[in-house]
Amino acid sequence: MASLAAMLTARRGLGKPDWTDWFSYGYLLLGLVLMFGPVLWLVLSSFKSAAALNEFPPQLLPYGQKSVAVAGQERPLPLYRVTTPDGATRELAEVRRIGIQATLVDPKAPEQEYKVNIRDRKPVREFRLATENYFEIFGKFAFGTFLWNSVFITVVATLITLLFNAMAAFALSKYRFSGRNAVFLLIISTLMIPPTIILVPNFLVVSELGLLNSLWGVIWPAVATPTGVFLLRQYMLTIPDELIDAARMDHASEWRIFWRIILPLSAPALAVLAIFSVMWRWNDFLWPLIVLSRTEKFTLQLALNAFQGELTTQWHYLLAMTVITLMPVTLVFAFLQKYITTGIASAGVK
Amino acid sequence: MSFARHPLFELPAAAGRAALNAIDAPMRAAQRLLGVPRIGWMFVAPNLAILGLFTFLPIVVNFYFAFTGGVQLYPSERPFTGFENLETLFDCESYLDPSTCRKDLFWRAIYNTGKFAVLQVGLMVAFALVTALVLNRKILGRGFFRGVFFYPVLLSPVVVALIWKWVLQREGVLNAVLAGAGTSPVGWLSDAGWAFFWCVFVSIWAHMGFYTLILLAGLQAIPADLYEAAAMDSASPWRRFSRITLPLLMPNLIVVLVLGLIRAVQIFDEVFVLTGGGPGSATTFIVQFIYQTGFAEAIHQYGLAAAASLVLALSLLVLTLVQLRLTRKNLAGGGGRDDG
Repeated sequence: MASLAAMLTARRGLGKPDWTDWFSYGYLLLGLVLMFGPVLWLVLSSFKSAAALNEFPPQLLPYGQKSVAVAGQERPLPLYRVTTPDGATRELAEVRRIGIQATLVDPKAPEQEYKVNIRDRKPVREFRLATENYFEIFGKFAFGTFLWNSVFITVVATLITLLFNAMAAFALSKYRFSGRNAVFLLIISTLMIPPTIILVPNFLVVSELGLLNSLWGVIWPAVATPTGVFLLRQYMLTIPDELIDAARMDHASEWRIFWRIILPLSAPALAVLAIFSVMWRWNDFLWPLIVLSRTEKFTLQLALNAFQGELTTQWHYLLAMTVITLMPVTLVFAFLQKYITTGIASAGVK
Repeated sequence: MSFARHPLFELPAAAGRAALNAIDAPMRAAQRLLGVPRIGWMFVAPNLAILGLFTFLPIVVNFYFAFTGGVQLYPSERPFTGFENLETLFDCESYLDPSTCRKDLFWRAIYNTGKFAVLQVGLMVAFALVTALVLNRKILGRGFFRGVFFYPVLLSPVVVALIWKWVLQREGVLNAVLAGAGTSPVGWLSDAGWAFFWCVFVSIWAHMGFYTLILLAGLQAIPADLYEAAAMDSASPWRRFSRITLPLLMPNLIVVLVLGLIRAVQIFDEVFVLTGGGPGSATTFIVQFIYQTGFAEAIHQYGLAAAASLVLALSLLVLTLVQLRLTRKNLAGGGGRDDG
């Protein structure tokens, strides 16, 4: 108990290494396996062929059957290891198979044909990435359309979010008009109103505006984020008013002050909001599910959901699509983790 | 700023100049009309208009839907039915037994949600606390491990569900590993008890990193000299934890607990993709009931869905008031939304 408590209370620089350190590293390694393992398994699996995915128990790495070019044959033939009646094994290429009898040839001497029971042959396998999973989804499904829809919603919604939120934050931090505090409270109070409790009426509003099955029906309701206004306002409060006064002396209009002075100076906060907005919109699910019902308007998330629900799920395609969908967020994580963690630590947003 | 003259930046720069000039003229006119402080209204107008249209107006309209019946979406075509929708939802012989209710799925969803919220948040906060304590130690690769625990937070719920669906399916890697240990395959998502367990597990997996980060920030704000003073008084490690760490971390723990509850009550995306609410209704939660009743079933019962939304909103309101009461500051850090 005491040692457990020591682990719970130890801080940097205190105490000397003992078994509690080993416990910590054990916990962290277990966490590493548990947190990254499933994702890694998904990525590895996405490079396996449909046949390899059907194997149970599964292989760790993607293997494919080796095939060889044989003189006189149009396409490469699959290679098998065949056990001959005298106990020797040879590597032969399969020309055709009828029922349980396979016809194989020696790749080096293709004139001679061997008839073999299919139980006596085993596929020769090699490490091979089934990259065709990634290419075929563009032809077989409208994957390009889903990708475009997701990118369009994410980029456009983020740009509008940045503009609208920055304008509101500018007014709330730099002008003293009557009703300003009420407006600020009104905006911040919407943090307490999650979209899940106003699904039906919001559906009515979007349908009245003629935005059902339109990407704009997903974009417009999402752009006035209270988190963004809060984040940007806190940042803009630190910009000195003297800069604005100086610009007014030079007869700059208020809009020009906002556009040419405030916006560039708020770049760090805008960058943080942009990262968050990209992740919010890329990952959105419930609202697009309600607004977009036509397949050609699906985002990646909706397409994934639709495909996984099909009776005969084609996992080799579904896995490749999933990997492409998690790619942008993973890149953001790899390069911009610092901004995200500071954003969360300082404003408590996600 | 030589990179700003790079050809790649010419198009956005030109677009920026065009936007400045296009909006400048009407804004100048508004400025002449309103004067300088009141021009602020023009700047908040777009944001307020969007919020009014897609947040405040719907709150009012939701009540209208909840008190009208029929299957029409347009308000003027919906007959007023008073409390009929709410009565339908609450029509039970015994509230403790969902099968005696007219809308048994609603009550099953409520019980599932309650059970889920308590289990998920309790376990998640416990694990987040242990993780934060470990990450707060002097360890190698601290930043790396912090990232490891945080990474799933960024993944979309659909991706999270598919990752685990692939691991948990009957011919998945978990059953393969167990088969190696001599166990026969388990239908992890087709058995009611296991499906519920995995819903809790997967949502902890996906969200724990966020709460770990908040707790870690709280731990790092505890002054180190308190521990040094305690060490001088040769206070036992357990005493240091219970008398210094725990009390000083309490505000963060409360934030994490209530925020976790507010979000757990709204669980939908991951579970919907992972189990579809099944088997049967074992993992159907309240938001899925709203979605099914209002949008997914052949007959769209908007009134019933809106009434169920009111029940959800009420529970969220209670949780939010509890949170505001417990933590008077940090309004922004306590939102029930994780989408903006």
